[in-house]
Amino acid sequence: MKALHETSFRESLAIQKRVIGALLMREIITRYGRNNIGFLWLFVEPLMMTLLILMMWKFLRADQLSSLNIVAFTLTGYPMAMMWRNASNRAIGAISANASLLYHRNVRVLDTIFSRVLLEVAGATIAQIVIMALLLAVRWIEWPADIFYMLMAWILMALFALGLGLVICSIAFKFEAFGKLWSTLSFIMLPLSGAFFFVASLPHQAQEYLLWIPMVHGTEMFRQGYFGSSVLTLENPWFLLLCDLVLLFVGLALVAKFSKGVEPQ
Amino acid sequence: MISVEHVYKQYQTRGGMRTVLNDINFELKKGEKVGILGRNGAGKSTLIRLMSGVEPPTSGEIKRSMSISWPLAFSGAFQGSLTGMDNLRFICRIYDVDIDYVKDFTQDFSELGQYLYEPVKRYSSGMKARLAFALSLAVEFDCYLIDEVIAVGDARFSEKCRYELFEKRQDRSIILVSHSPSAMKQYCDNAMVLEAGHLHQFDNMDEAYKYYNAQI
Repeated sequence: MKALHETSFRESLAIQKRVIGALLMREIITRYGRNNIGFLWLFVEPLMMTLLILMMWKFLRADQLSSLNIVAFTLTGYPMAMMWRNASNRAIGAISANASLLYHRNVRVLDTIFSRVLLEVAGATIAQIVIMALLLAVRWIEWPADIFYMLMAWILMALFALGLGLVICSIAFKFEAFGKLWSTLSFIMLPLSGAFFFVASLPHQAQEYLLWIPMVHGTEMFRQGYFGSSVLTLENPWFLLLCDLVLLFVGLALVAKFSKGVEPQ
Repeated sequence: MISVEHVYKQYQTRGGMRTVLNDINFELKKGEKVGILGRNGAGKSTLIRLMSGVEPPTSGEIKRSMSISWPLAFSGAFQGSLTGMDNLRFICRIYDVDIDYVKDFTQDFSELGQYLYEPVKRYSSGMKARLAFALSLAVEFDCYLIDEVIAVGDARFSEKCRYELFEKRQDRSIILVSHSPSAMKQYCDNAMVLEAGHLHQFDNMDEAYKYYNAQI
């Protein structure tokens, strides 16, 4: 055991890995418990939500509205939006749920937020892969045009979820009411994230405004990767990357600032 | 060694800034066992938290060249909805120690039996103290920061603590906060008095108590 006040970068990295690992295990235990299927809930939860939405679209809205595969359309929009929504909502409770664990000096406020977001992103990612594999197997959807481009979109949106989580958690720490409002606010924002439309199919004026929303670029990019040249998408990956970096920077700065005022309990 | 240099701690309260610790200076060498006396709210627990590194000082510096336990107190360190065993695993992962060894030691030392598999929030304060002690002894620190918890145990438990801390681990340092003079005299060689944010040091424990008692 080492706990001296100066550690090399390599030692710090090892400590960091241990702390994140321990917090992840701790989150999984309280969230999913040890009984029944346990941590499998991590992706069964988003899986069921996505399947439900898929069914609604497939059977209620019918496919005849357009030639586009509506199942694939939903699958390339909804789960991604749930990723940033759930991650930011879970981030809000990270500190109060772990306040007593901050008594261990290597456990920092940032670690608690990071672990929660990581768990949420991992769950969403596994759910996305499993459900795509399932639907591919039953031939409801076709093989994607460009998996690499989809992967890039997913990674950019995972970074977005992390940045957003840090920022939202910081604001909620300062203004408690905001934390309660955010679950509603983020729900209202879901449709704005581009999950239910192609930007190109909307009026020009609307397009201009929508393209200022970073999540729209993530969804458009993901769909470009899936559908390929058969659809017109208007994403700018660099804009999304820029938004990610700004959010991460602002988020880290805010967390660094407010975590000085967090008292371990 | 731990050296506390010009440490200040201020908190924002409704009545404005409140200085809890005002220019604290002292050194704790390896093997030294020192008590901290002070009235309620004097800042004893704050000082312990700063020494452990879970909270930063407002200004000043704390240099550590030995490993220091987390503050062993009635609150903190355990996640209430996790069982004692889950908390044990968490702590083993954080401090990178062997889970099996710590488990055996903790079962034996804490005598919690089946309670080890109950959520910590259901524990009595005595049970929490036993778990905290068992874990911190199993992890092995050079310096133990003890905030009251040592005084709650029954005779059997306090004998076990005495044996583990003073016979098997004579070379370790201790900072003890306690209102119990008998615990102070049993575990510490010397004491300091914290009064209105200032720390007073003495040559021996009797002088510290003389000063402290005169204050009340």
